[in-house]
Amino acid sequence: MKRWVLGAAVLLLSTAACGSGESSGSEESKTLTVYAAASLSSSFEEIGKQFEADHEGVKVKFSFGGSSDLVAQIQQGAPADVFASADTKNMDKATADDLVEGDPVDFASNTLEIAVPPDNPAGVASLEDLAKPATKVVVCAAEVPCGAATQGVQDASGVTIKPVSEEQSVTDVLNKVTSGEADAGLVYVTDVEAAGDKVKGITFPESSEVVNTYPIGALADSKDKDLAQEFVDLVTGDAGQKVLADAGFAKP
Amino acid sequence: MAHGSRQVGLPTWVFVPAAAGALFVVLPLAAILTRVEWSDFFSLITSDSSVDALQLSLRTSSVSTLLCVVFGVPMAMVLARTSFRGQQLMRSLVLLPLVLPPVVGGIALLYTFGRRGLLGHTFEVLGIEVAFSTTAVVLAQTFVALPFLVVSLEGALRTAGGRYEAVASTLGARPTTVFRRVTLPLVLPGLVSGAVLSFARALGEFGATITFAGSLQGVTRTLPLEIYLQRESDADAAVALSLVLVIVAVVVIGLARGRGEI
Repeated sequence: MKRWVLGAAVLLLSTAACGSGESSGSEESKTLTVYAAASLSSSFEEIGKQFEADHEGVKVKFSFGGSSDLVAQIQQGAPADVFASADTKNMDKATADDLVEGDPVDFASNTLEIAVPPDNPAGVASLEDLAKPATKVVVCAAEVPCGAATQGVQDASGVTIKPVSEEQSVTDVLNKVTSGEADAGLVYVTDVEAAGDKVKGITFPESSEVVNTYPIGALADSKDKDLAQEFVDLVTGDAGQKVLADAGFAKP
Repeated sequence: MAHGSRQVGLPTWVFVPAAAGALFVVLPLAAILTRVEWSDFFSLITSDSSVDALQLSLRTSSVSTLLCVVFGVPMAMVLARTSFRGQQLMRSLVLLPLVLPPVVGGIALLYTFGRRGLLGHTFEVLGIEVAFSTTAVVLAQTFVALPFLVVSLEGALRTAGGRYEAVASTLGARPTTVFRRVTLPLVLPGLVSGAVLSFARALGEFGATITFAGSLQGVTRTLPLEIYLQRESDADAAVALSLVLVIVAVVVIGLARGRGEI
């Protein structure tokens, strides 16, 4: 019993101590860690597969999340090789701390679109319709990039939306729409594309007022900067751009 | 004679993992203190959004605790004092939210009380709008907090036993009188500690609320949601609010301890 408890304690302490010591592998098998905005997940996974096919023995690992979360993790020393942000603001935070190797490259852009449940219960047809008091609209909170874009669209168009909820992320907004809780939500064009027939997208001309640009860069602390740069090149090259275009992204 | 009352010495090795465990809990709390921007602390926690969030949290948690008592006390009594077929299964089901990830609870509530949920239409006919309302927050909090009250009160009821109740009953007291005059005073400490635990759980509720109720200042954005959102833009505010939540939690537990329970 005594030995068992001591063993458990030692195990606990040793796992705590070695948690951060993940190596990027030997010569034969390398791991490339890519931190990317959540909206890029399906496109980047596909690009990652292409990268692995082109580079034998290389495994691409992704960490998808909110761009501000990711940049905070990178600032705290997370072992990432590439960072792709959903906005320039968060990439600027990384460059300001000299965390990016060279200059980041813009590789895609995204605009907002109205998402409604397939049967469009509130009959939404334009941005102005979202200002109607009876329409339950969900948007992103102003603190996150999609919320800043929402605010920008409202400022540019003069339409004031009174949302029933300001969500933490695009996914949260989309879930409220697909479950029918909300009559409409403001999300990115690519999110509507990815949701398939669970939502209906309604484009509106005012969306061109706010264009979110996605920058990508190899990170200065990467253990294999050449490999990281090759991934960046794949994303910005023809093959990567095709995958992104299929997902609904526009050119930067 | 003194056999039971003398304190048995603990094996010395026990203190090592015990201290490690205590450190594991205390150190992160101390780490929050080191990260607080004390010069801005007061202005950060008195901003409109912070005050709204704290008030909403205290209000909804109080209502949720009340609901837990109203429904949880009878539930605990039925579980502790009766026996019926399927009681074990019923107990497991009732306690399920204890082990369920809160986000799963949120999804379950959504498909029950949401506009297109099982009861959504009924509520709409009755003119009750649950979606994106403070009611939804209370429902989420009650859902996750109720088992805490049931489990601690049922334990108290079983420990207290039914002897005094039986005596009162043979002396002619009706069941309601027995409950009011005998059972309730007997298990009051257990009830208080259960209520405090429920309150604390409701106060910390995050997953079910964000999944089910949404997030809007003053309506559904409770303190944990506000902290999570502030992290996006203002890390200092998030840390300051975290400390507020820690302090509230410590005060709640302190109050309960002062009453000699938990």
